[in-house]
Amino acid sequence: MAGKTLFDKIWDAHVVDEIEGGPSVLYIDKHLIHEVTSPQAFAGIEKRGARVLRPEKTVATPDHNVPTIDQHLAIKDQLSRFQVNKLTENCEKHGITLYGLGHPFQGIVHVIGPELGITQPGMTMVCGDSHTSTHGAFGSVAFGIGTSEVEMVLATQCILQPKPKKMRINVEGELTKGVTAKDIILYIISKITASGGTGYFIEYAGSAIRSLSMEGRMTICNMSIESGARGGLIAPDQTTFDYIKGKAFAPKGADFDEAVERWKKLHSDAGAKFDLELTYDAADIEPMITYGTNPGMGAKINGHIPRESEIEKSNLATFKKSMEYMGFSAGDEIIGKAVDYVFVGSCTNGRIEDLREVAEFVKGRKKAENVTAWIVPGSRQVEKQAIEEGITEVLEAAGFKLRQPGCSACLAMNDDKIPEGKLAVSTSNRNFEGRQGPGAKTMLASPLTAAAVAVTGKIVDPRTLL
Amino acid sequence: MSIDKFNTIESSAVPLPIENVDTDQIIPARFLKATTRDGFGQNLFRDWRYDKQDQPKSDFVLNQEKYSGTILVAGKNFGSGSSREHAAWAIFDYGFKVVVSSFFADIFKNNALNNGLLPVQISEAFLDKIFEAIELDANTKIKVDLQNQEIKLMASGEKESFDINPYKKECMLNGYDDIDYLMSIREKIENFEQNLV
Repeated sequence: MAGKTLFDKIWDAHVVDEIEGGPSVLYIDKHLIHEVTSPQAFAGIEKRGARVLRPEKTVATPDHNVPTIDQHLAIKDQLSRFQVNKLTENCEKHGITLYGLGHPFQGIVHVIGPELGITQPGMTMVCGDSHTSTHGAFGSVAFGIGTSEVEMVLATQCILQPKPKKMRINVEGELTKGVTAKDIILYIISKITASGGTGYFIEYAGSAIRSLSMEGRMTICNMSIESGARGGLIAPDQTTFDYIKGKAFAPKGADFDEAVERWKKLHSDAGAKFDLELTYDAADIEPMITYGTNPGMGAKINGHIPRESEIEKSNLATFKKSMEYMGFSAGDEIIGKAVDYVFVGSCTNGRIEDLREVAEFVKGRKKAENVTAWIVPGSRQVEKQAIEEGITEVLEAAGFKLRQPGCSACLAMNDDKIPEGKLAVSTSNRNFEGRQGPGAKTMLASPLTAAAVAVTGKIVDPRTLL
Repeated sequence: MSIDKFNTIESSAVPLPIENVDTDQIIPARFLKATTRDGFGQNLFRDWRYDKQDQPKSDFVLNQEKYSGTILVAGKNFGSGSSREHAAWAIFDYGFKVVVSSFFADIFKNNALNNGLLPVQISEAFLDKIFEAIELDANTKIKVDLQNQEIKLMASGEKESFDINPYKKECMLNGYDDIDYLMSIREKIENFEQNLV
């Protein structure tokens, strides 16, 4: 018998039923919800006279819409306040655990799942948010869903889903100095494009991936959706088990040892068949940054924006539209462009290692005067740890201020909007038109690059300052 | 509960020959604060459709009187990015019943199907033909026949077939809803749970 992929092992173990010629009925182990994509789902089940089938398998937190200053006060924006209150009300009514504003576990849903040990290898996980792919870093099948699907999971703990194809991306070799997980994923997406992963679930493998910390792996899996892939996953190993051990909701004692024995079987077998397999050399990857309006439009930071002759004819109209929006020209050098804003945060890069990396870089340096910098921890736990480690003091000495946790300027649903026409270097995941505020321009990069930009006030290769 | 039944639609179309139309363009995040499904159509393509003073931008297709109809025709990789179902709600609420493109993002496709909005995926070549036909005559009629999985340019008679998952086709034709189906197999789900680790 041919070997099985890691993805197939997990998927197949969760199929409740198959509809002929149709999707699978997939059982969901863990469901995460937030304030923006759940209210209509709760209204739906109530309209049906149904109830939440397994409330203990859903966890809620407000993140998308919350302010990042004065969280102890009532939310000023009336609609945001109403939506956050609605989540509280729905959770109370249906017996769902909620980590609300002020709770020590509150934070971006994809940051708190892993740090609380809710996310575990072999699970199926969904959330009404496309960056649910983050949790794949633990060797789980995790993907984003729409609100109708949130309603399905609330009502039945299952979802109807066609089985995706499988891709494996190997990154082999050693990363060079100044190159981080964010650079790896921006590099991959620049190669396969913003739609190259559509229809697939990606397994990331190879020695460079295995060398990453759990947080680095989360950054990689997080951005799977930016290639169009529904999700990405990485086989769990000792790094994974060590990370999970001792987390609030992780198995304890003998249960943990037993779980590890089970988790060790979660890898693609030799000879497992993938619909597509790609291999990259880690040594070819340099610090990356995006120059356009989709995450596939990325380049080496010390390179140049493609010339029109380098763009495929069918993509030329999109490329030109993108350059017009960004105010850039084809062939431009990327280094040296003046930057107005720096945002460090989001479910992609708002974890403690990201803040540590920024603090380490800015220590003894000063923020450039022309830059407004927002540093937003991914969760209350990250915030607490940053304070305990003295990171906040280092940041403040360099002219930065740590805000309170939430999705913040990644999608600018709250007041953290980049003003129209301003250029931001952001550690988040999307550089779409207006993503960080109407008319705002976004360049995606690693926390290290963002820190280097914040102190120089312009696009700079961080390696020249290490 | 059910979605609207879908069978055949014959209509003029609105062309949006832009690639990688992401869900942030379809409905920007700042309009996602509602707790009901209604009214998103008024903010469909908000920042392409209106200027800073909330005045309609005359160069955007939804503001051009010559274009109308219940079919939206867009460039490849439509609906990429965020999983927000609000994107499908906004398009449907505006009055579209069909989105035609040469490539759809996965989550958007599922969301559309769950709301009675039919995503019709066709070849690049046929998509170009449709754009040309609309450019020639903004009133040109396009027929989308779900039962026979066929899309046809009425003026020239040129047509192409499109794929749809058979289960989803049945749902669309009959207005069935996935959640009703899942609730009907509750016993199977509970049996499955007995064997969970």
